[in-house]
Amino acid sequence: MGQKMNTQVTLAGVTLKNPVMTASGTFGSGMEYSEFVDLNRLGAVVTKGVANVPWPGNPTPRVAEVYGGMLNAIGLQNPGIDVFLERDIPFLKQFDTRVIVNVCGKTVEDYVEVVERLGEERAVSMLEINVSCPNVKEGAIAFGQNAQALTHITREIKRHAKQPVIMKLSPNVTDIAEMAKAAEAAGADALSLINTITGMKIDIHKRKFALANRTGGMSGPAIKPIAVRMVYQAAHAVKIPVIGMGGISSGEDAVEFLLAGASAVSVGAMNFVNPYATVEVAEGIERYMEQYHVENVTDLIGAVD
Amino acid sequence: MKEKQMAVVLSQKEIAQGIYDMWIETSLAGEAKPGQFLGIYSREKDKLLPRPISICETAPEKKALRIVYRVAGAGTGEFSGYGPGTGIALLGPLGNGFPLEAGKGKKVFLLGGGIGIPPILELAKRLEAEKQIIAGYRDGALFLKEDLEKYGSLYVATEDGSAGTRGNVMDAIGEKGLEAEVIYACGPMPMLRAVKKYAADRHIPAYISLEEHMACGVGACLGCVVRTKEKDPHSHVHNARICTDGPVFEAGDVEI
Repeated sequence: MGQKMNTQVTLAGVTLKNPVMTASGTFGSGMEYSEFVDLNRLGAVVTKGVANVPWPGNPTPRVAEVYGGMLNAIGLQNPGIDVFLERDIPFLKQFDTRVIVNVCGKTVEDYVEVVERLGEERAVSMLEINVSCPNVKEGAIAFGQNAQALTHITREIKRHAKQPVIMKLSPNVTDIAEMAKAAEAAGADALSLINTITGMKIDIHKRKFALANRTGGMSGPAIKPIAVRMVYQAAHAVKIPVIGMGGISSGEDAVEFLLAGASAVSVGAMNFVNPYATVEVAEGIERYMEQYHVENVTDLIGAVD
Repeated sequence: MKEKQMAVVLSQKEIAQGIYDMWIETSLAGEAKPGQFLGIYSREKDKLLPRPISICETAPEKKALRIVYRVAGAGTGEFSGYGPGTGIALLGPLGNGFPLEAGKGKKVFLLGGGIGIPPILELAKRLEAEKQIIAGYRDGALFLKEDLEKYGSLYVATEDGSAGTRGNVMDAIGEKGLEAEVIYACGPMPMLRAVKKYAADRHIPAYISLEEHMACGVGACLGCVVRTKEKDPHSHVHNARICTDGPVFEAGDVEI
């Protein structure tokens, strides 16, 4: 690596050593993948969604493979904030990486409760608010598909949050720029997108839905062009930083998102395909910077003609 | 330590219709325990997720590991075409494996049904016990029969009655009047439910290996869960991860 190369990015006043993060729900709280990758090499670990109480999630089958991607309908199974604070935060504290906690809930009050519990936790650098999970009946996406609802929940969370707030947006909307602007106007410090795209798979031999939930969220390389387009549209609609994700598997993919306007990127479903993907993406960005003599990774943000 | 690596196919042959027997040269052979599994990746970019396939046998001195699997779709269909020298991408070893201590020195049943038979072989090799191996097949294509016979008393059941007891492994136990203090089993869900009931009625432990659609294989995605009697160790919501908390569970601990 060239000595002058600077991979740091700053999101809402929080500096990350590099722009590579993990996409919520694909990396647990880092424990499982710490057997494969050095978490110290990551810009941030974004945790699986945490609710105020444990959530059991959906019936199985919860996952299915589709062409160039997968569907999931996990339903946000999580142990709740108590276990998370006792077990996952102490684990993550051991590493020199930023911790971003993804927060989910059924009601605004649920979200606020988790946000308040995390407020005193100094190891948590930022909060990511899940208003875009397509796989639960209450909450989540219900707040993310309507600009008024998004405005309301963003304001409420901002009133209680001690850390900068990232609103994670859904691609399952007509106009992503409108949603991005609504979140920004309501006080969001950053945006992340895209969450999964609602899909369906049917087993024609059994004449059954592949997922018990019938629909699921699609992720993986097949959705990348949609994600790049939406990140571009959102980033050009707002002044706050945008974190881009959707099918990233390499440094080249990550650079594409940065050029589209993302200030950082997340690796999601590709962790399942290649457990070393996060660090390989970080290394791939460095190789690109070397090849094109890019001194600061921030020079790439939105740098497409 | 789990890892993803490129390994090399040593040999492969079809040993029954649609059932393939592959030996792979891999450093994972020394670590793998009976009842653990591998995630095997397709070479095609459209098929992303690792296919969970149980470990049938290991030969650590040769750094070799054996899988016996059924072609169930395009992914396993691709693997079945791999000849000697072909590179094969593996993730493993995954899962907890069968607890050997539970049956040590005891009279045990090792039950395998259909494509659940392969992991029983390595278990039979390693378990020090009075082993009664009961293998249930669809028909007279008794794959792995000669291998299994080396490590215990083998009883066969076939659905079509072409060999051994007509019916399934439970029918064979009944017909032969067999008894055990501990059960190990791998097979289709109806068989595992019957094993669970049989063990509960007799108040004996049964270690059953479960399967479910999986994505990560390492416990991160929470895709493959089974309802548990007690709170699970990860999410505390009675949904244990089959890939990491299992695939082997004591039958009384899971609601199947």
